[in-house]
Amino acid sequence: MQDFTFHMPAAVADAASLLGSCEDPKLIAGGMTLLPTLKQRLAEPTDLIDLGAIADLKGVKREGDQIVVGAMTCHADVAASELVLSTIPGLAMLAGQIGDPAVRHRGTIGGSSANADPAADYPAGLVGLCATVVTNQREIPADDFFTGLFDTALEPGEIITAMRFPIPKWSHYMKLRHPASGYAVVGVMVVDTGAGVRVAVTGAGPSVFRVAAMEEALSKDFSVKSIEAIKVDADGLNADMHASAAYRAHVITVLAKRAVAARG
Amino acid sequence: MGQFGIGQPVRRKEDVRLLTGKGVYTDDVNIDGQVFGVFVRSPQANAVINAIDIETALAAEGVVAIYTGEDLAADGVGTLETEVEMADLAGNPMFRPKRTLLATGKVRFLGEPVAIVLAETQEQARAAAELVMVDYDQLPSIASTAGAVDPSSPPVWPEHGSNVSVHWENRPASEIDVHMERAKTRVTVDIVNNRLVPNPMEPRAAVAHFDAATGMMTLYAPTQGGRRIQGGLAKGILKIPADKMRVISQDTGGGFGIRGKLYPELGVVCWAARRSGRPVKWRGDRNETFVSDYHGRDQVNHAELGLDENGRVVALKVHTILNVGAYMGENGPRLPISGGGRIIPGVYDIENFYFSVKPVFTNTVPTDTYRGAGRPEANFLMERLMDAAADATGLARDEIRRRNVIRQDQMPYMTQMGLLIDSGDFIGNMDMAMEHSDWKGFEARRKESEKNGRLRGIGLGNFVEAAGGRPTEEMRVRISADGKATVFAGTYSHGQGHETVYAQLIEEYLGVPFDDVSLVQGDTATSPMGSAGTFGSRSSWMGGLGIRRSSDAIVAKGKKIAAKLLQGDEEAVSFENGVFSAGAGSVTIQEVAKAAQEPKNLPEGMEPGLDESFNVKRDAELFNFPNGCHVCEVEIDPDLGIAQIVGYTAVDDCGVVLNPFIVHGQVYGGIAQGIGQALTENTVYDAEGQLMTGSFMDYGMPKAQHFSHIEALFNEVRCKTNDLGVKGAGEAGACGAPSAFVSAVMNALSPYGIKHIDMPLTPDRIWQAIADAKSAKAA
Repeated sequence: MQDFTFHMPAAVADAASLLGSCEDPKLIAGGMTLLPTLKQRLAEPTDLIDLGAIADLKGVKREGDQIVVGAMTCHADVAASELVLSTIPGLAMLAGQIGDPAVRHRGTIGGSSANADPAADYPAGLVGLCATVVTNQREIPADDFFTGLFDTALEPGEIITAMRFPIPKWSHYMKLRHPASGYAVVGVMVVDTGAGVRVAVTGAGPSVFRVAAMEEALSKDFSVKSIEAIKVDADGLNADMHASAAYRAHVITVLAKRAVAARG
Repeated sequence: MGQFGIGQPVRRKEDVRLLTGKGVYTDDVNIDGQVFGVFVRSPQANAVINAIDIETALAAEGVVAIYTGEDLAADGVGTLETEVEMADLAGNPMFRPKRTLLATGKVRFLGEPVAIVLAETQEQARAAAELVMVDYDQLPSIASTAGAVDPSSPPVWPEHGSNVSVHWENRPASEIDVHMERAKTRVTVDIVNNRLVPNPMEPRAAVAHFDAATGMMTLYAPTQGGRRIQGGLAKGILKIPADKMRVISQDTGGGFGIRGKLYPELGVVCWAARRSGRPVKWRGDRNETFVSDYHGRDQVNHAELGLDENGRVVALKVHTILNVGAYMGENGPRLPISGGGRIIPGVYDIENFYFSVKPVFTNTVPTDTYRGAGRPEANFLMERLMDAAADATGLARDEIRRRNVIRQDQMPYMTQMGLLIDSGDFIGNMDMAMEHSDWKGFEARRKESEKNGRLRGIGLGNFVEAAGGRPTEEMRVRISADGKATVFAGTYSHGQGHETVYAQLIEEYLGVPFDDVSLVQGDTATSPMGSAGTFGSRSSWMGGLGIRRSSDAIVAKGKKIAAKLLQGDEEAVSFENGVFSAGAGSVTIQEVAKAAQEPKNLPEGMEPGLDESFNVKRDAELFNFPNGCHVCEVEIDPDLGIAQIVGYTAVDDCGVVLNPFIVHGQVYGGIAQGIGQALTENTVYDAEGQLMTGSFMDYGMPKAQHFSHIEALFNEVRCKTNDLGVKGAGEAGACGAPSAFVSAVMNALSPYGIKHIDMPLTPDRIWQAIADAKSAKAA
C-alpha cells in the first residue's frame, strides 16, 4: 500500500470540497473493494476521504411512503432493520446475503452501489425496487444509475448520500452464490410495485438488467406458470470458469420462478 | 491410565495459547537491524530473460541491495534438485533438471522468483520491486497435464526434448494384457484428478540472521520440523556445516505436506542475510501462496479393470500422467508411485496389475506432497473403477467390493507394490459404515427427496493408506530435579496436538502428571539429531514409539537408582504409576529424578540425571496401514445443479486411538479437504499458463455450509508392527471423502444415465451434465 493522506470529514460538504481540492482523491466507505485494491497496489490515490464520520449518512428512516437508507448504512444494519423488515423484507433479505458477516458489518449500500460490481447484490435491489439514488447534487433513478461494468451515472465530485425506496406491495430476492467469493453468480429481485412487476437481475450480465418479458407476464398473471417458458437469451451474458452463459441464463428463470413461488 | 492416559479424549493443552493469540509465528519474529525482502516474480509462464535492469530500483528510497540469480551463482550458492530417481524398464533414467533459487536465463512458470529486493521497510521493498525491469522474450507455454505428453507441446526443458521426464512402468504391459483378455467384463474410467492449492492458514515467511563472528546462520520459518531443511540448506545451498545452520519454527499455521519443503525462497533469504550483513525478513502474502507454494494432486488417469464371471478382478491396468510443474519438487515425481500412491491398488486383492506413470513438465507451479500425497488419487481411482464395475456387472456397489477386498485371513498381505499390510478389517469397515448411515433405509429417503423435486444419492468409498514417511525419528525424554518431564522432539506439531498426546504418553508410561509434562520442539538446536519431522501420518507411531523406548530406558535406570535408595536389589524393584517399589519401601519417580542429580545416590559409574533418547528406525516394509470406509449422502437440486451433503459417516481404523478427540479433529479436517477437492476447489491455468484462480475470489475453499454432521466412528484394529498399536490418522479423511462423495452424486444422477463428472462437482458442471443427458435422450 502506498502512503496517502487520510481525511475524515464531518460533513458531506467538507468531503465534497476535499474531493475538489486533493490531487488524486478517493472516497472510502466500507472499503470492501478499495482496501484490497490498495493493498495490491492496483490503486494509488494521494488522498483517502473516509465518509465514516458523517453521522447524517447512516441509518434507516421512513419518509411518507418511502424508506430512506443512508449511504453509509452497513449491510448488516439493513438486514436487521425492523423498519426494512416490516416494509420491504426483500431488501433485508438481499442485504443479509451479501458476502460474509465481516463484509456485512463493514460494507455499505452507498459504497457497493457506487462501485457497481457486476456481481454485487444491491444493483438488483435498487433497480428492482425502483429506488432513487440521492447524491449531494441531485436524485438519480436507479434505472439510469447503473450504466455498465463498474460504471455509474455519478459525475466527478458527486457523493451518494442516501437511497430512497418506495414501499412495494411485495418483493423477494433469490441468489446463487459464487462458490469462492460469495458474490452473485446470478441474483434476481422480483418486485410487485403495485403498479406492475419488476424483475431485476445481477451477476449474469456486465451490469444489472431487467427481464421485460417476465415483467410483462407477471404483471398480467403473477404466477410461476406465466414465466415458466420464458427463456433468457444467453448472448451477452457473463461466462467464466464457474458458470457458463447458458447456465446463467437458465438460472435466471429458475430463481425468478422460485421468487414468485415464495409469495404465499 | 487415569483420565489423561492413552485413549482418553483429553482437551488440547495448546489450544488456550493458540486460540488466545499467544502463538508465536514467524511473522512475529523481528530482529534488530533487519531489512525486508520482497521477491520480484515472473509474470510470464515461459520466457527467456534477456536482461534484468536494477539501476532504478537500487536508487529508490530505502533500498539496501538487490540480488539476482547471477549473484547467487557467482557466490557458489547451490541448486535444488528432486530426491527422486526413476528409470524406465529399459533403464533409461528420468530427466532431473536442477532448479536455481532465482530464475537464471529463463523463467518457467508464473510466480517464479527472479530477484530479491532488500529495503529498510516492507513498503520500500515492494515499491522498489516494481522498479526492477526484467526484459523477457515470451516463449510458447504448456499448462495442460494431458497436453504435455503430446510430442509437439512446447518443451519446458528443450534440452530434454520432451515434457515426459520418464515413462515408468512396473512391468511390461503385455504381461497383464493376457489376463485382461480373459476377463468377462471390462470397464474403463478416465479421470482428471484436479490440481489443488493447499493454502495453509499461515502464508510462508522467513527471517534469517547470520552471525559473522560465529558463522552461525539462524532461520525462522514455518516448517514441519526443521531438521530436513537444515541439512538441505547447509549442505546443498549455503555450503556450510550443518551445525552452523539452525532452523526455528515456534508455531506454524498448518502444513499439509507442503510446509515441510525446502523452498528456494528460504535459501535466498539466508544467503541474502549473509551477503548483506543484515538480518532479512520476508513476509510472503496470500498471492505468493497461490503462485509459489507447491501445489497438490494434478493427475490424469486412464484405467481398465477386468473381472471374471463372479465379479472378481482378474486384471488392472492404470495409466497415470502426473503434472510435476516446471521443476521437480523434492518428492513430487514419485507421488503416484513410491511417494504416496504406493498403496495402489487400494484395499483390493489384485494380482495382475500393470501401472504406468509419466511425470510431465508444464509451465506451472511445481507439485509436491499435499495431505495424502498420492494416496487420495490412488484410492479415488480404485473406487471409481469399483463403481464402474458394479454398474457393468449389475452387482451392488458394496457387493463388488466385498468380493474383491483383502480379507483378514489373507493378512499379512504383500501388495503388488511390495508393502506388507499387517492388519485391517475392510469388510467390517463397510458393514459399520453402511449400518450407521442407514444404507438400507436410503430408498425411503430418496423417495421423500423426489417428492420435493430433489435427487438423492448415496455412495461409499473404501481406502487404505501407507503411513510413515522417513525411516528414522529420534525422541528424548528428561525428568528434571523438580520432577517435571520434558519431551524433546524433532517431530513438529503444526496443528496436530503433540503437546497433549505426548503428555498423555508420558503420564501413561512414567506416571508423571499430564500437567507436569512439556514439549520442546521446533528448533534444530534442541531436537534430537536423528529426527526428521511431522508428515506422512508418522508422529504418533515414530514419535510415540521413541517416547515409549526412552521412557523404558528411564524406568530401567530409575530402577537401579531406586534399588540403591531403597537398599534393595535392582531385580526386586517394580515400577507402576510413577512409583518404584521394593518390598515395603517405595520412592516416586520424582524423588528418583531428584536423587539422580547427585552422584552419591547413583550406582558406580552411572551418569547423573534421568535423560534418555531413542532413535526409532524402521525398515522400508514396516509402514502401517490406516484404512476405512466413508459413506456420503447427497441431495441435488437438479434445476441449479447444487449438490448438498446431507449425511456423512466415516469409519476409520487408525489402530489404537491415543486421543479420540484429537483423531476426530484429524478426520473432520481431512474430510473437509477431501470434499474441498471434490466439490469446490480447482486450480485453473489458461492456455498461456496464466493462473486464473489466484485468490480466494476465484479459488473455492470448502465452507461449513457444504457439510452436514459427520458421524466419525472407529473400527479399531491394533497395528501389529509397532508396540503402541497405532496407525496414522492425519491423511485418512482426504483419502476417503472424494470417492464417497462422487459416488453419491453419481448415484443421485443415475436416472439420467450420467456415469462420470470430473471434480470439482460444481453446480455448473452438474447442471451441464444433466442438460447434456436430457438433450441426448431427446435426440
